[in-house]
Amino acid sequence: MKAIINYIKEVVGGVKTLINGMKVTGYYISHPKEIITQQYPENRDTLNMVDRFRGEVIMPHDENNEHACTGCQACEIACPNGTIEIIQDRILNEETGKKKKTILKHVYHLSMCTMCNLCIEACPTDAIEMGKGFEHAVFDRSQLTKVLNKPGSKLRAGVEE
Amino acid sequence: MKFDIYDFSVLTASIHQLLGEMMGETAVMITEMVIVGIVFLTLFAILGLALVYAERKVCAFFQQRLGPMRVGFWGTAQTVADAIKLLLKEPLMTKSADKFLFNLAPFIIIVASFMAIAAVPFALGLQAIDLDIGVFYVTAVSSIGVAGILIAGWASNNKYSLIGAMRSGAQIVSYELSVGLSLLTIVVLTGSLQFSEIIESQREGWWIFRGHIPAFIAFVIYLIAGTAETNRGPFDLAEAESELTAGFHTEYSGMKFAFFFLAEFVNMFIIAAIGATMFLGGWMPLHFGGFTAFNEVMDFIPPIFWFLGKTAFLIFMMMWFKWTFPRLRIDQLLTLEWKYLLPINLINILIMAFIVLMGWYF
Repeated sequence: MKAIINYIKEVVGGVKTLINGMKVTGYYISHPKEIITQQYPENRDTLNMVDRFRGEVIMPHDENNEHACTGCQACEIACPNGTIEIIQDRILNEETGKKKKTILKHVYHLSMCTMCNLCIEACPTDAIEMGKGFEHAVFDRSQLTKVLNKPGSKLRAGVEE
Repeated sequence: MKFDIYDFSVLTASIHQLLGEMMGETAVMITEMVIVGIVFLTLFAILGLALVYAERKVCAFFQQRLGPMRVGFWGTAQTVADAIKLLLKEPLMTKSADKFLFNLAPFIIIVASFMAIAAVPFALGLQAIDLDIGVFYVTAVSSIGVAGILIAGWASNNKYSLIGAMRSGAQIVSYELSVGLSLLTIVVLTGSLQFSEIIESQREGWWIFRGHIPAFIAFVIYLIAGTAETNRGPFDLAEAESELTAGFHTEYSGMKFAFFFLAEFVNMFIIAAIGATMFLGGWMPLHFGGFTAFNEVMDFIPPIFWFLGKTAFLIFMMMWFKWTFPRLRIDQLLTLEWKYLLPINLINILIMAFIVLMGWYF
């Protein structure tokens, strides 16, 4: 008798779990607004990339054409495949009269980058971050070598303190 | 009955008469056979295209995707493009394959579904052949398809194909029982194996409503076993992609592969159509005893739409199963059949027989 009761319990329990599963998919099909597919070339203007997307390394500049990169080379050291090269020089500071390390070019080889995010984690001043751009196709690979700091830009005051 | 105005037998009788004026009796029969054949071929093509499109769309919506969207409006021409691609592809064959059996297998499967669809009643007077043992005929003929699958797996000379074919054989032979017994539960109610009579007996209400709980249990078992019968997920072990590449049709390409693909979808349609006929009243409109006005309004919808609507509903249920449940292991599959579906089915048929004996159904 006990075996029969267990058998019926098993069947009822099985049917219950199956119905639970069908409820989940039933919810999906009855809520077409939650579809996550992006129709890319058509919705190019309104495309919303997810927050965690890693497209390329960028260096944000503010309205005064100033960035937060001190040229400490932490990102260059952190990079596992030599994607980042920092070119810097000792330049005379007008106010203090001392020579000081200053970044000239933050060279970024997109062709070698694996978007591992290690440089962003290594940066002590949050000067670089992962951008959302992904349309990187070019006709010549030399175009993939980018200089991240804009020409004429300088270090934002107060970052080094 | 109002829906008699949609009787197709008037049309078929006039065609028969027209042909009879032009040629002799034998020639008329042959011409009619050719016409029916062409109609079914066209139906197969349309069914294949429509069901593949529906499957891809439904699957996409179950997974919060959009599915095919590029070819035609909302991707409606996608399956046509796929069919053209398959037609233009080279039919490859492995060197050590059994050439005759390899080429024969897709045709056996197609012929099996072709024979089964002949007995499906589409609408009032729209049925290729109304056998007095229709239910028996369909269950018998639809199991020929497994021979095609076994031959395909054997002739490919590929271990994946053979494993897939053997699994499919074990599966279909087991689930055949459940399909047959669940259909028998309704046959107990109707007392007839003829499809037209089974539909006629549902004039006052569909068996799934009139047959109480046993009819509903039989319906659920039929849906489960029917899904297994067509080798569809969650019972698609015969072609379990992650284990067997593509199962019995691994070595097939081009149009021969398309035949297997087409047969799977047409079989799904046949299973759904038989289910709709046995449990949901076929082309019979929805009737409730007593509501005369409601019944008359329902009668104005042509029977063919009733039939297609019910079939589409069952096909949707099967797609829902496929895109919700994970695939079973082969031992779980056989446990489900022999330890659960079959005993429940046998007890169910006993209860149904008792209900019919006492006249408790309405």
